[in-house]
Amino acid sequence: MIMMCPSVAGTPLKDVTIKADAPSELLLQKHVDYIAAYSDKVNDYEYVMTEYLRMSGIYWGITALDLMKQLPKMNKEEVVSFVKSCQHDCGGIGASVSHDPHLLYTLSAVQILSIFDAIDAIDVDKVVEFIRGLQQEDGSFMGDQWVSDICGEIDTRFSFCAVACLALLKRLDVINVDKAVEYVVSCKNFDGGFGVRPGSESHSGQIYCCVGMLAITNSLHHVDPDLLGWWLCERQLPSGGLNGRPEKLPDVCYSWWVLASLKVMGRIHWIDKSKLERFILACQDEETGGIADRPGDIVDPFHTLFGVAGLSLLGSYKNQLKAVNPVFCMPEETLTRLGVRTQLL
Amino acid sequence: MKQCYVNEQLQGQPRKPPNISFINKMAADDDVESSSEELCLFYKDREEWKDVAPVPQDDGPHAVVRIAYSERFQDVYNYFRAVLKSNEMSERAFELTTEAAELNPANYTVWHYRREILKALNKDLKQELEYISEVIQDHPKNYQVWHHRRVLVEWLNTESNELEFTALILKIDAKNYHAWSHRQWVIQTFNLWENELAYVDTLLQDDLRNNSAWNQRFFVVSNNTDCDDATVEREVTYTKEIILKAPNNESSWNYLKGIVSTKETIFNYPGLDEFCQSMYDKQLKSPYLLAFMVDMCEDKLEAGVDKETTLSKATELCTLLADTIDTIRKKYWDYIKKRLVSRFSEN
Repeated sequence: MIMMCPSVAGTPLKDVTIKADAPSELLLQKHVDYIAAYSDKVNDYEYVMTEYLRMSGIYWGITALDLMKQLPKMNKEEVVSFVKSCQHDCGGIGASVSHDPHLLYTLSAVQILSIFDAIDAIDVDKVVEFIRGLQQEDGSFMGDQWVSDICGEIDTRFSFCAVACLALLKRLDVINVDKAVEYVVSCKNFDGGFGVRPGSESHSGQIYCCVGMLAITNSLHHVDPDLLGWWLCERQLPSGGLNGRPEKLPDVCYSWWVLASLKVMGRIHWIDKSKLERFILACQDEETGGIADRPGDIVDPFHTLFGVAGLSLLGSYKNQLKAVNPVFCMPEETLTRLGVRTQLL
Repeated sequence: MKQCYVNEQLQGQPRKPPNISFINKMAADDDVESSSEELCLFYKDREEWKDVAPVPQDDGPHAVVRIAYSERFQDVYNYFRAVLKSNEMSERAFELTTEAAELNPANYTVWHYRREILKALNKDLKQELEYISEVIQDHPKNYQVWHHRRVLVEWLNTESNELEFTALILKIDAKNYHAWSHRQWVIQTFNLWENELAYVDTLLQDDLRNNSAWNQRFFVVSNNTDCDDATVEREVTYTKEIILKAPNNESSWNYLKGIVSTKETIFNYPGLDEFCQSMYDKQLKSPYLLAFMVDMCEDKLEAGVDKETTLSKATELCTLLADTIDTIRKKYWDYIKKRLVSRFSEN
C-alpha cells in the first residue's frame, strides 16, 4: 500500500487547476492579430508604463510574429529607424528614445536587427565597445556603465546578454571569455542550478541565462546535465505547467526558461510534453488573443512570445510554427543565416 | 527574456493591471485629477519652471505609435526629459525625479539620473535611504529600487538597518528574490553572519518549504563555517527532523544532499541509509525520498558495495517512480534506470 505524504507544517503544495473548457488548440491567428495591434494601442496604460522596456517589447512581438510566420505584419522600416534612434554615443542602446543605454535593450536591439537582417542600421563597433566596457575584473558584467562612482548592477542575466549580443555580432573575441565563464560558474549552487550572483538561490530564469552563456562560449562541461536536468524537470507540476523554483506557481514564461535550458542540455524529453502543451494552450485568451502567465490571467506580449516559443520547442504545431533556437529565442533560420552556432549537448 | 522576473517582477503573481490606483484613475478619468487634493500644479503651470522648455515624447523619426498619455504623466515626463537633456543638477530636478519615479518606478533612466543629482548636490543619503525604504515596500519586486538601495548603502558604507529592512520585506513575502539577494550582499559586505542561521530557522518554522530559506542556510553554512564535521552533523540532524515533519518537501532533501556532499557521498554518511530505509519501510513514498535512495544506490554501486542487490533495489525504485509515484517524470526515471543498468550490470 502506498501512502502519499500528508503536507504538514508548511504552505500547501502550489499549483493551478486547468478548467475543462480551457482552450485546447493553438489560436494562432488570434495571437498574430493581438501582437500586430499591440503597438496601435492608444491611451493604453500598460503600453505607456512599459516604455522603459519598449525595445524588449518590440523584440518579443517581432519574434512571436516571425515564429508564427507573420513577420511582414510588422513595419520593418519604422522599427529599424526606431532602433537606430535609440543608440547613444557610447554605443549602448536604450529601451526607447531618451532612455539610458543598457545591456538588456542593447541585446533586444541586436536581436531585432538580426531578424530583420538590418544590423548595419546601428554602429556595430560602438555596440561592441559598449559591451566590452561593461565587463568587470571578476568576469561579471554590469548592466550599464560606471558613472563617477555609481556602480551598475551585476547579474548573470547580463553575462548572458553580453555574450549573446557579441555572438550575434561575431565579436566574442573582445571580452575575456574565460573570466566571464569563471564568474558564471561561481554562481553554480549545491543543487546544480544558478542564481543572480554567487550564493543566490537557483532560479529558472537565471539558469537559462547561465546555461545559454555557457553554450555560447562552448563551456557546457561546467554543467552537470543530469543533476541540473533533474532540478529543471522537477519544475513541472501536476497541472503540466512549469515553475521557476520549488514551491512556486507555474508560469508560461518558465515553459521557455526551463524548456530551453533542457533542450540545450539534451534533456528536453524529461518534461512531459503533452501536459506542458495542455498548460500553455490553456493560458491563451480566446477573446483577445495572446497568452497569459497562467490560465485566466491577463495576456501580454512577453508571455505570448514564450508560450509560442515553448510550443515550437516542444515540436507542437510544426506546420504553423517555425523552429526556435533554444539559446537565443530567435527563429533558427535567423541563426543559420547569420552563421551563429552554439554548443548543444 | 526580459519581463516578468527581469524588471517589474510579476513572477508568481496573478496578473492584474498594476495596482497604482491613482494612476489608473488618472489614465481613465481626467476629472479625478483636478479634484484630487494631493496633486500640485502641473509643471507647465508653475512659475519656477518657466525657464524650461518641456520636451515632448519623441517616438523616433517614424512614430511607431501615437499615444495619448494621461495629462499628469505627460507633464511630468515632458519636464523630466528636459532636465535630462540639459543635465540640470538641482533641487527642483531632484523633486521632479521623485514624481517621475512615483509615476513609473521601473523607469531605470529616472533612477540613474536621481543618483547623479544625489551626488552632485551632496544630498542626505540617510534620508534617501528612508525614502527608498518606502518605495521598496510599495514595489518590492522591482529591480531598480533595490539597486538604488544597494548603491546608497555602498555610499554610506554602513550596514544601517539592512537586516531589519530585508526581514521586513521577507515578512510579507518570504521568497522575495531581491530581498534575499540584497540580504546576502549585506551579510557578506559587513560580516553580519552571527545571527543569520537563527533567522533562517524562524522562517523555516513558518514554512519549511521555503526554498529561499534553505538556500540561505547553505549560504551561511558554506561561507561562514568551512563545513566542518560538527557543523555538517548539526545540519544533517536539523534537516532530518524537518524531513520527518514533511517528507514531501523538495528543498529539504536537496539541502540534505547538498550539505552532506560537502563532506562525503550520501551513501557513506552515517545514519542516512537507515533514516531513508525506515521511512520507506513505513510505506512513506515521497518521490524525493525515493530519489534520494536511488542516489544512495548509485553511490553504493560506484563504491562496488553489494552490487547485485543494490542494482536490483535501484531499478525497483526507478520503476516505482516511473510507473506509480512520479509518472510525470517517467522519461527521467526510465533514463536513470537504463543508465544504472548499463553502468553496473554484470552482463
